[in-house]
Amino acid sequence: MKLKLRVWRQKDANSKGGFHSHDVEADEHMSFLEMMDVLNEQLISEKKEPVAFEHDCREGICGTCNMVINGRPHGPQKGTTVCQLHMRQFKDGDEIVIEPWRVAAFPIIKDLVVDRSSFDHIIQAGGYISVNTGQAPDGNAIPIEKDISSEAFDAAACIGCGACAAACPNGSAMLFTSAKVAHLGKLPQGKVEHEGRVQKMVAQMDKEGFGFCSNIGACEVECPKEISTENIAMLNRSYLGSMLSSND
Amino acid sequence: MSLNNNVPSGALSEKWTNYKSKMDLVAPNNKRRLDVIVVGTGLAGASAAATLGELGYNVKAFTFHDSPRRAHSIAAQGGINAAKNYQNDGDSIWRLFYDTIKGGDYRSRESNVHRLAEVSADIIDQCVAQGVPFAREYGGLLHNRSFGGVQVSRTFYARGQTGQQLLIGAYQALSRQISNGNVKMYNRHEMLDLVKVDGKARGIITRNLLNGKIEKHAAHCVILATGGYGNVFYLSTNAMGSNVTAAWRAVKRGAYMANPCYTQIHPTCIPVSGDYQSKLTLMSESLRNDGRVWVPKKAEDAKAIRERKKTGLDIPEEDRDYYLERRYPAFGNLVPRDVASRAAKIACDKGNGVAPTGLAVFLDFASAIQRYGRSSALSQNIDNPDAATIIKLGEKVVEEKYGNLFEMYEKITGENPYKQPMKIYPAVHYTMGGLWVDYNLQTNIPGLFALGEANFSDHGANRLGASALMQGLADGYFVIPYTLGTFLSHEIRTPTISNDTPEFNEAANAVKERIQRLANSQGNQSVESFHRRLGKIMWEYCGMSRNAEGLKKGRQMIRELRDEFYKDVYVPGSDTEYNPELEKAARVADFLELGELMMCDALDRNESCGGHFREEYKSPEGEAQRNDEGYTYVSAWEWDDHNPVLHKEELTFENVELKTRSYK
Amino acid sequence: MTSSIGRKVIMSLTGLFLCSFLIVHLIGNFQLLVGDGGEAFNTYAYFMTHNPLIKFTSYGLYAMILLHAIQGIILYLANKKKSGGNIGSKYAVSTYKNGSWGSKNMALLGTFILFFICIHMGDFWWKMKMDDLPMLTYDGYNEPIADLYGRVSAAFNELWIVIVYLIGLIALAFHLIHGFGSAFQTLGLRHKKYTPMINGIGVVFSVAVCLGFAVIPVVHYFFN
Repeated sequence: MKLKLRVWRQKDANSKGGFHSHDVEADEHMSFLEMMDVLNEQLISEKKEPVAFEHDCREGICGTCNMVINGRPHGPQKGTTVCQLHMRQFKDGDEIVIEPWRVAAFPIIKDLVVDRSSFDHIIQAGGYISVNTGQAPDGNAIPIEKDISSEAFDAAACIGCGACAAACPNGSAMLFTSAKVAHLGKLPQGKVEHEGRVQKMVAQMDKEGFGFCSNIGACEVECPKEISTENIAMLNRSYLGSMLSSND
Repeated sequence: MSLNNNVPSGALSEKWTNYKSKMDLVAPNNKRRLDVIVVGTGLAGASAAATLGELGYNVKAFTFHDSPRRAHSIAAQGGINAAKNYQNDGDSIWRLFYDTIKGGDYRSRESNVHRLAEVSADIIDQCVAQGVPFAREYGGLLHNRSFGGVQVSRTFYARGQTGQQLLIGAYQALSRQISNGNVKMYNRHEMLDLVKVDGKARGIITRNLLNGKIEKHAAHCVILATGGYGNVFYLSTNAMGSNVTAAWRAVKRGAYMANPCYTQIHPTCIPVSGDYQSKLTLMSESLRNDGRVWVPKKAEDAKAIRERKKTGLDIPEEDRDYYLERRYPAFGNLVPRDVASRAAKIACDKGNGVAPTGLAVFLDFASAIQRYGRSSALSQNIDNPDAATIIKLGEKVVEEKYGNLFEMYEKITGENPYKQPMKIYPAVHYTMGGLWVDYNLQTNIPGLFALGEANFSDHGANRLGASALMQGLADGYFVIPYTLGTFLSHEIRTPTISNDTPEFNEAANAVKERIQRLANSQGNQSVESFHRRLGKIMWEYCGMSRNAEGLKKGRQMIRELRDEFYKDVYVPGSDTEYNPELEKAARVADFLELGELMMCDALDRNESCGGHFREEYKSPEGEAQRNDEGYTYVSAWEWDDHNPVLHKEELTFENVELKTRSYK
Repeated sequence: MTSSIGRKVIMSLTGLFLCSFLIVHLIGNFQLLVGDGGEAFNTYAYFMTHNPLIKFTSYGLYAMILLHAIQGIILYLANKKKSGGNIGSKYAVSTYKNGSWGSKNMALLGTFILFFICIHMGDFWWKMKMDDLPMLTYDGYNEPIADLYGRVSAAFNELWIVIVYLIGLIALAFHLIHGFGSAFQTLGLRHKKYTPMINGIGVVFSVAVCLGFAVIPVVHYFFN
């Protein structure tokens, strides 16, 4: 299949970017990133600079790959990362527009590569359970209801790719933050620090420059792991509770 | 140099406990003054950096990724083993130890493996406390499943994303230490050299991948947890970025590479579909709990399937060869990976393969769907369910167990595995070889430690499923925090290491030169094309089966390819910017040397064991034939451009009897 | 209360309060349809403007409206910066196919509604306060009462005013359809079983209230 790509090219954070057109010949069994590989090999053979894009595991789990394809983070297929998107989702002759995540808190590094350290900072602010190695009681000491464990898992499935913020008209990281809060807060082990964690993570999220959630719901539609905005409600509830009960 | 493995004396089951209680310690006030570098932040690296930070060391952690959460540990699907015996099925530390030694085809160190089995239970406790949402039963207790090569259920799992959940646990522990200042995190920094001062590892040279800046980082010791080198085969289940560079740079500075030829070929991967392919995708071993592996008995049926005139469904039961069940009745579809992979290769080599390339076998869930459907109908009190109901109920159970894997399979292949049997084929997955380490996980360079897949220590010639996660976390959480003290307790008077010494400057300059040379390469061929060619050579001559002639030829071809690489590679962009092609070029350059060493090692080892299968050494039935008199040793290689030097560490087995590994 | 969630909570609580006001306001306005020449409505208006408790509450109401509007504008402006461009147009191909139109245009709708409220109050409330209206006397009242009914009736005989009101009410409906459910989400009140109900009630409430208000000018225009 022949495709016409319009790819965002930007030399570095301070340069002005723009769209470049590239023609590429792909096979329907290729993954989207393999199609990008073909493009890059083609550019290299013409001694041109290849398109910089991030990717690693190519199994949909590491959360590295990130592209907005025809206006949709991770492309048109529901619950799928770019690396798992295959070209059979497209037709011969299609024009495909490829852009980076555009979020103020994810500055562009080059072409389609953005800096998502802000997500790390949110986790560092409190997205953990404070337990030192060696302190743990037996794994079966605290039984956890199967459904609760499963709900915690649904939230913990987040791969930190940033599609939620990229999809959000407000550039908000509420889905990401709330997924971590819900993952830990639903488990008995994580309940101990829950309120403090919520306060610290929300404060960090605001500090990183993410936007305010206005409950549009685009994040949950584009999330490749289909994480629910129920987590956002839980975060809101916990935040409100912690604010009312805190001493300062 | 003689290789002293520093294994403590005493009874196997008491070694670790006694050693721990008698080893030299570093007092808390001294820990604050000691700097530790950890390279790599996957399961082993993140858990080590976090734990060392908790203990009070000054830790600097490095990853070439944009975040520690991207490490390829995240992609592990199936699970993590632990000798908890929660299922009351006769599991014990001894049994886990024994299974691992046997599974490794008697080529691993008894003492290390036993220690691994001992700490395995602690890992589960630690992870649960960190909030890892392992699978649970309705009563709220942890659930287990079974993996290849064992007859108990000791594998803990979190759906098909166990690695992800464990890594996130370790990442969060690491994040906590970053936030309280015990660990300084360097993202997007790639280690490009090791610095030795007076024979001890004292630092690393890194390249900041955002701006190309070469930096010198000094510490009292260096820990490498940089993963495996399966990407030397180009096509593997490893992530695109997985590489050998950090470990290989240590080898170039004198560290020994142990057993580099032991490569694990995983039997259940999605087959190659075309030349453009960049990587292979694993289908978890857990699928073999319920999937049955088969090929058509008749070559003409296989041919018809290859030509898409028939599908697996058209082959009647009596014309199918469930070859694992036939050949290995005791373990059936759950034989270890090396055995299953070889059996698949034999079936395809005979001409019974089922993909258009001829390189695939079926993994069929039809009977599992029937079985689950019937039992589900029974439990729902449906009398005499019709065929459609059984299939519907059965598919539902299978979906609950493996839904995400089935979905992934369908996304990649475009085929529905509930209706059509999956097609699978072996692919490079894990490297048992790695940096040689002693009982303390210290390499032959004092002060240089290696953890996780980057070392060679625990899996012998073949790794059992769900043991990589176990080893990575054992090393990081429960071994290195103790054994690091054996080195650092002698360094408490050593002042902060300066990075402005001739050793550091020499190493930094060498890195700059190497990088500039690559960046200025104005040849005609892309880095990718060299990598692909290297992979083809490796797979052809050092893959699932090897022979002396091929290995010699392969080694020569790699040397030629290496020369061609430096003459004709083209690297776009400059060395002072974000430049993924340049990163890749430096990594492929190192693979081009490692590949040669793997050929040397495979050629030296005149026996078949585990993941190393030499065609000259097999039983009449085609099973691997070890040579225990001649090769019960660890091959630790000292690199030399012309003739790598072999050092041997003899393996002594005091507690298990060396037997022909049988899964029949 | 200055954190992102704190601000949202203010939006949510003030929003819900304003929803409750709408009900009271609507019930009162139905006096316009009694058909007694305005006595019910005028005496109702007199009561609403002279009862001290209600007077006090009304100042709270004005504060709520202002708070809701100001917070909304702050959120809008902040988000505009943080999404890396203008809302809805930062990507070359619009990515915002998801989420309802209303949810993505709350600020626009809100601004329009605020504008509408100004006109509305200027037209009736201001005129009453400024004693611009003719006074009538009713049995049982010691002082003359302003003929607000007459003013309303006159206004709603103008087609363009009726149209402005209808447009304002449509905007309000869209604003409420998202806002009602969203307020509960922001307060963290979400439940697998009850949330669909709340959202359903939200839609019914929004449409019913706005229809209710819309009936008044339409009836006046056509039947008075």
